[in-house]
Amino acid sequence: MSLNKGTYLIREGFRSIKTHGFMSFASVTIITACLIIMGSIALLTLNIDKLIADLESQNEIVAFVDENIADEEAARAIESSILAVGNVESAEFVSRESAMNNFMSKYDDRLMEGIDSTVFRHRYVLHLTDISQMAETKRELEQVPGIIKVNAQIEYADRFVRVRNIVSVISLVLTAVLTFVSFFIMSNTIKLTTYGRREEIAIMKMVGATNAFIRTPFVIEGLVLGVLGGLLGFLLEWLLYTLLSSSLMDSLTGSFVTLVPFKTVMLPLLIAYVGIGVLIGVFGGNNAIRNYLKV
Amino acid sequence: MVQMKDVTKIYDSSGTVALDGIDLTINEGEFVFLVGPSGSGKTTLMKLITGEIRGTAGEIVVNDFNMMKIRMRKLYKVRRTLGIIFQDFRLIENMTIYDNVAFAMRVVGAKGKNIAKRVPYVLELVGLEGREMRFPNELSGGEQQRVAIARALVNNPRMIVADEPTGNLDPVRSLELMLLFEKINEMGTTILVVTHEKELVNAFSKRVITIDEGHVVSDDGEEYYSYELE
Repeated sequence: MSLNKGTYLIREGFRSIKTHGFMSFASVTIITACLIIMGSIALLTLNIDKLIADLESQNEIVAFVDENIADEEAARAIESSILAVGNVESAEFVSRESAMNNFMSKYDDRLMEGIDSTVFRHRYVLHLTDISQMAETKRELEQVPGIIKVNAQIEYADRFVRVRNIVSVISLVLTAVLTFVSFFIMSNTIKLTTYGRREEIAIMKMVGATNAFIRTPFVIEGLVLGVLGGLLGFLLEWLLYTLLSSSLMDSLTGSFVTLVPFKTVMLPLLIAYVGIGVLIGVFGGNNAIRNYLKV
Repeated sequence: MVQMKDVTKIYDSSGTVALDGIDLTINEGEFVFLVGPSGSGKTTLMKLITGEIRGTAGEIVVNDFNMMKIRMRKLYKVRRTLGIIFQDFRLIENMTIYDNVAFAMRVVGAKGKNIAKRVPYVLELVGLEGREMRFPNELSGGEQQRVAIARALVNNPRMIVADEPTGNLDPVRSLELMLLFEKINEMGTTILVVTHEKELVNAFSKRVITIDEGHVVSDDGEEYYSYELE
């Protein structure tokens, strides 16, 4: 394509954006809004995933050794069978003495008078690889010879996994719906341009312009609107996330929960925003002009 | 050049048989009037030549392109060999006369230098020199049709196809327009004029093809248009 032709087509694309200022503004706004909703859901999912990962590292399972195995050496011997259970990442042996000391340090010494370490069991503190498998792992651990009981906060873990799954499904559905809505609105905005210029298009066809030539200004129009929507959406999302996370972090001070910093997702998010904007714009423009090219 | 062999056009939507077994040949450099009453099939025949519609059966070749087989997105190749003119001029209102004509060159990818050279030449040829910066609504009907002719000519087509070009013009302007077509024809461009204006056709000694109810009812270069309008 010659420079002359290229600049002509680009100028034509911008011309229609200016001519339909309000509708162009509307479609950019819609794309921006849709992208912010999509992005927020994605960020929410990301944060829940991080929370689950944090929980996984924090959340402990305690496997108690049968009290009949009093000998520490014998109790330590079970470790290899525990580690053989899939999904167990690490196992830390805690002897009945240290368990008692640990316990006593939390409570008033007077309550513990006359108690010796034999009322405690030897135990293992375990970390899991995958928190969602907790219930199954618990069952398997209970089958290990010498283990009498396993304590695990299954409900706690399950709930987070369930929330994450629900959010994932909602985000998928919403993303699909919102992409379609943006595409539809974009296409209709550009259809206004094609309608306003139908005479020109008919003349172009009549004098032998190629379909690609006729299509290009409308695709450029969509592209520019899409990129604008993408960039604007990204900037607003950035602002929104920063504001929200700083106020959230204030109230979460002291807890182990931390949010994903925006910086770590900045580039992929920017690429996704502009990319989706471009796709919506290009396909919207293409769709708008389609009917005019059939003559 | 146009070649039609046993061409039939039936409209899908209504089942109307618009053309039935049309055979005709228009050679390079000819000047031909296509006449017939309303509903005779003139416009359908025009549209088959310009590729706006596709024939149901038969063979159609326009300037070496097989119009029965050509792909939709390749139609532009045929159109670049044709200059199409309509009764209602079809000019772009918010463009100057110059731009209306230059537009036709621009959209087929002509270079700026060539546009600057060719457009004034064509405007002068149709007698519109000095009106370049006017807008279509500042011109008379005859002048507007001249702009349309300039636009049709600017890409140097092999054939001009005009559908009722004088339909909106008074008799004097119509005659002037035909003289202009004659001048263009003398420069080597094939001319096909669709009309139902008897006097106009009678004023020129050209080949006249008459169609009615989808058939060619007469085709000779000797006899003048003798069809009585209803």
